[in-house]
Amino acid sequence: MGVEKLIASKMMLPGSNRRIHSVHRHSGMAVAGLAADGRQIVTRAKSEATNYESVYGEPIPVKELAQRVASYVHLCTLYWWLRPFGCGVILGGYDRDGPQLYMIEPSGISYRYFGAAIGKGRQAAKTEIEKLKLSEMTCRQGVIEVAKIIYGVHDEAKDKAFELEMSWVCDESNRQHQKVPDELLEEAKAAARAALEEMDAD
Amino acid sequence: MDLKMEDFNAPHSMGTTIIGVTYNGGVVLGADSRTSTGVYVANRASDKITQLTDNVYLCRSGSAADSQTVSDYVRYFLHQHTIQLGQPATVKVAANLVRLLSYNNKNFLQTGMIVGGWDKYEGGKIYGVPLGGTIIEQPFAIGGSGSSYLYGFFDQAWKEGMTKEEAEQLVVKAVSLAIARDGASGGVVRTVTINSEGVSRKFYPGDTLPLWHEELEPQNSLLDMMNVASPEPMNM
Repeated sequence: MGVEKLIASKMMLPGSNRRIHSVHRHSGMAVAGLAADGRQIVTRAKSEATNYESVYGEPIPVKELAQRVASYVHLCTLYWWLRPFGCGVILGGYDRDGPQLYMIEPSGISYRYFGAAIGKGRQAAKTEIEKLKLSEMTCRQGVIEVAKIIYGVHDEAKDKAFELEMSWVCDESNRQHQKVPDELLEEAKAAARAALEEMDAD
Repeated sequence: MDLKMEDFNAPHSMGTTIIGVTYNGGVVLGADSRTSTGVYVANRASDKITQLTDNVYLCRSGSAADSQTVSDYVRYFLHQHTIQLGQPATVKVAANLVRLLSYNNKNFLQTGMIVGGWDKYEGGKIYGVPLGGTIIEQPFAIGGSGSSYLYGFFDQAWKEGMTKEEAEQLVVKAVSLAIARDGASGGVVRTVTINSEGVSRKFYPGDTLPLWHEELEPQNSLLDMMNVASPEPMNM
């Protein structure tokens, strides 16, 4: 999972204002939209995950977690005195049935995806994702491709500078959700910049 | 011996012998069938192996009321869990629910249980949930008052990777040995075998079980012994 983090001010410390959060050992969430609303969703997801584990004695299956988060988000569309969440969430996790990706929108809709994107540049990002042969890629290759897409979709003219934040959960990360290791992240950024230059050169 | 009225109102307790054994491909659960109130046998053909889901069963021992109530709650929770999950529950989840009830109500309950079943992720598994509410995954588990007589037997007779027939024979032999020595266990031997193909129940009435040391052959009347020509009518 990758996030294009627009840097609001040069005074901000790199690495602060995290947009990707670990929900449980085996799963994480990338948030897009109102940061405070996103925090609420992440907190709820963490609590659902630990509660499930205390009752059922096994880590929460990703499908179940997605359903619970979706119900919670949907709840806020039912009552006049609650406003809907102002953010969408991409949930990635690894359980007994392998790695899975879910996206939950403010309406409370949740689907499982092989590739998903939220935010201003999502249309362009989705087009790029569809070009990829996902079933033939390793997670490592996926990290590089995601970086390329985010760099590709970033609008130099309109948007400010941005910081790339990435996380992964795969066999290589021992099925734990963690930040992409620094050398791989640098490799991905370099590949993304190179790809951009190629595009510009045409 | 005087039979006092309190004995008949004593809580139903399953003296019991219960066993759960894993084999190559599944599990075999076994139990005797005696439920006693004091010294009176309230039910001589009870079924102590209760279904929790299609693929997970529970052996109950100790207080009959307590174990039945726990199994009813767990069946209810597991049913809801299965609906929510969209697939059969795993044995581990079933065992965890049993031990949560057992542990959180340890001051009120007196029941030792063995959870056994088969799921597609882990295959055949046995979990012991004894009195205090611990949960322990074991290749085989024994419980109930009759189990005291089986520890040495299993140490010697148990082996890894048995076939289904070997495992069933082992369980039947073990329960019948315990019945021979434990007054609170008796009746018939029931077994339930669970594997990827499903569940199969078997029933072994007393006359199909082997006789152990000093056990007499079944006979219609001891008076029959007198008519048999015997050089040693009585050993003095």
